[in-house]
Amino acid sequence: MNIFKKTIFSVLFSLLVMGSVHADKIRIGTEGAYPPWNSKDESGKLIGFEVELAWTLCRYIGQQCVIVEQDWDGMIPALIMRKFDAIMAGMSITAERQKAISFSQGYADEVASLAVMKGSSLEGLDTPAGINLTKPNAAAKKALKTLTAALAGKTVCVQTATIHQNFLDSGDVGKVNVRTYKTQDEVNLDLASGRCDAALAAAVAFSDYAEKSGKPVVLTGPTFSGGAFGNGVGVGIRKDDTELLNKFNAAINKARKNGDISRIATKWFGFDASM
Amino acid sequence: MDFELMANSLPKLLGATVITLKLLSVSLIIGLFIGLVFAILRLNKNIFLNKFAYGYSYVFRGTPLLVQIFIIYFGLGQIEYFRSTFLWVIFKEPYWCAIIAFALNTGAYTSEILRSAFQTINPGFIEAGKSLGISNKIIFYKIQIPIAIRQSLPAYGNEIILMMKGTSLASTVTLMDLTGVAKYIISTTFKPIEIFVVAGSIYLFMTFIIHNFIKFLEKKYSVS
Repeated sequence: MNIFKKTIFSVLFSLLVMGSVHADKIRIGTEGAYPPWNSKDESGKLIGFEVELAWTLCRYIGQQCVIVEQDWDGMIPALIMRKFDAIMAGMSITAERQKAISFSQGYADEVASLAVMKGSSLEGLDTPAGINLTKPNAAAKKALKTLTAALAGKTVCVQTATIHQNFLDSGDVGKVNVRTYKTQDEVNLDLASGRCDAALAAAVAFSDYAEKSGKPVVLTGPTFSGGAFGNGVGVGIRKDDTELLNKFNAAINKARKNGDISRIATKWFGFDASM
Repeated sequence: MDFELMANSLPKLLGATVITLKLLSVSLIIGLFIGLVFAILRLNKNIFLNKFAYGYSYVFRGTPLLVQIFIIYFGLGQIEYFRSTFLWVIFKEPYWCAIIAFALNTGAYTSEILRSAFQTINPGFIEAGKSLGISNKIIFYKIQIPIAIRQSLPAYGNEIILMMKGTSLASTVTLMDLTGVAKYIISTTFKPIEIFVVAGSIYLFMTFIIHNFIKFLEKKYSVS
């Protein structure tokens, strides 16, 4: 009995000690399923643009970090419930999210795009190369009309709780049949299987999938930015944690000035996605 | 706790409950039929049919429902040949994939429940029937099946409740059932506790109804 009690106490004690050791580390949450932003290699190690950038930023902050994996759909609730202290998960800065959490300045920007399988009737839509939805000009408005007509009654697949879902739900391209998935991998699978007529995500997410899987996935229509697509990707931080927010903003400034963000972005995206 | 959000989300969640109930009832009806057929096969003396039925129930009871639904939805969709068959019309739809997975799963459990119920029937009842000169067919329909159903009611009630909770996995294949809509609301409000408490209460209420219905049936058909 005595040994039993001792064991329990020592286990509880070591748990307490372990808890306090982690206390001064910055815990950064990422999804690990959205290449090239963040993903995992064959051995299950987290890799990607944001993982490398996170280590760099931590070095500038001068504090130790741990990177924690978290499913995308629970990312913001997990931050609020203090499972980690910062989000670096390709999360765009949007007004909707800013109601719940704060964001650092943006460190990178992505454009979104529709993707279809080669040979789809949605291939080669007559639209400009890119449109900005913050203050849509005449060409952008015309492009949205073209898309509304082309997508009427079609099934468009997106990852849940993303800017891409927000955009489709906003009604800017009329009433499309939106299907939501837990991960981008599942969106890609169903695009390839033909269950989705089209999918919407970061353009790089599709080119990465096409390259790795060899499937004939092609981008179509304009690339999207601004409006529902937010203002770049930043570090998400709890609203009451202004100290950490300032630390990240300062670190991003330094990393940008020293060319670190450009260098890491070019390495992972194949082009300079930094901002 | 954001009580206003809880109240506002209730109508949307109740609307999604209709999908949950549809998934549950359709898969239970198909599953009960599958279960009955496979229970009879299990009691069959033909070794091939017997082993086939045993294998089916072994596979579907031995793997998680989530894995089954993923294989049926994402797995089959990857096979190019499968997509060119007429079956693709059904398997293209997430709704039917979910129904097929649920029905096969509950069918496996139901077959075991019914099999054990058949096997626990007092042989005296069947002998009594035979001594009165009743044909085997009538004995099966009028004596064995009614007793087996009565015997399996408590276990089958459990299975209905398990299956009702299992339908929440439909949200993993893009269906907007109760759990799917709950997750959707959370994705825009970032308040999981409030929404899951409401969704959980709805599940609990459904369990309450099913539980009491089975209890009522048990009383109605009790032997004593």
